[in-house]
Amino acid sequence: MIAFNENKSIYLQIAERICDMILDERLREGERVPSVRETAAEMEVNINTVNRAYAVLQSQDIIDTQRGLGYFVNEGASTRIYDSRRNEFIERELPDFMERARKLGLAKADIVRAFEKEGWNEGEL
Amino acid sequence: MLEIKNITFGYAPNRNVFQDFTLTFGCPGVYGLLGKNGTGKSTLLYLIMGLLRPKSGVVSLDGKDTSLREASLLADLFIVPEDYSLPKVRLEDYVNAIAPLYPKFSMDRLSKSLNVFDMSTDVSLGELSMGQSKKAYMAIALATGSRILLMDEPTNGLDIPSKSQFRKAIAAGLDENQTVIISTHQVKDVELLLDHVAIIDRNRVVVNDKMDSLFSDNESIDLERLFLNNVTH
Repeated sequence: MIAFNENKSIYLQIAERICDMILDERLREGERVPSVRETAAEMEVNINTVNRAYAVLQSQDIIDTQRGLGYFVNEGASTRIYDSRRNEFIERELPDFMERARKLGLAKADIVRAFEKEGWNEGEL
Repeated sequence: MLEIKNITFGYAPNRNVFQDFTLTFGCPGVYGLLGKNGTGKSTLLYLIMGLLRPKSGVVSLDGKDTSLREASLLADLFIVPEDYSLPKVRLEDYVNAIAPLYPKFSMDRLSKSLNVFDMSTDVSLGELSMGQSKKAYMAIALATGSRILLMDEPTNGLDIPSKSQFRKAIAAGLDENQTVIISTHQVKDVELLLDHVAIIDRNRVVVNDKMDSLFSDNESIDLERLFLNNVTH
């Protein structure tokens, strides 16, 4: 059985899993996405839950239907997923992180030093 | 539409399990029927099947009284009871015997479902373990193509991998016009499969709603909590 996170609705978690598959290229751009039925069986959830997940992905331009053929991964999907995850990280996770650091009385220099110790200097991780 | 309308039923003359009880199953989909032990969940399923008859009131499928047990209606009603015994014959022989009763019977669906359950069609019903027998029965139920499938505590007696197979079989094995009513108190086993949930308690329907309406986007599905918040204990 697939383990779902308890604090987030299931259809969003399914959408995230499809995005994960696109990012690690288990699903490539232009490829057919498993059908709603296949995903429902795979994840052991109601078909409508998967329909909602696919509708979200479609509204984010990550997948699209081709009439009679099912859903396919759009060109540029992985770039869009990366962009939206970066935004989410900066807008959602970073403020929480900064809030905690502030409460603990950490200065920016402390954080920078800790980052460097972890091997994060100039440029990419 | 499956309508249970103002029914009164009891096994003993002066003790009713249901008194003027009403519950409707509208759109097709997967319904959870929850209630404490002894609230009459199984009784309700037998009343739907027409295997028990209400003292008053009526159970009808698209306006037809199910207690009359007309052949055309029986093709659209199938129950997997909690306890049953299957004849000691080969699965194939059993299926060949009952398939003519169900015009929408699909051998393809049968083999696909058996495949999900990791079982072969080449088995003898008399030689199966309890769990295997239940899986065979459920595969047959899905293969009948009946519009209304009733399952009484379907995950009882299934081991952990089999429960997972059960969810896969239900998730992938239904047509758009089929309704499955799963009676259970093992809510964790089935909660993610449901479109709709009905909870009965002391002859009353205390919850009857779509899962989408009961649980918002920002919360996880927790039927156990919903159940405890709504039944007397």
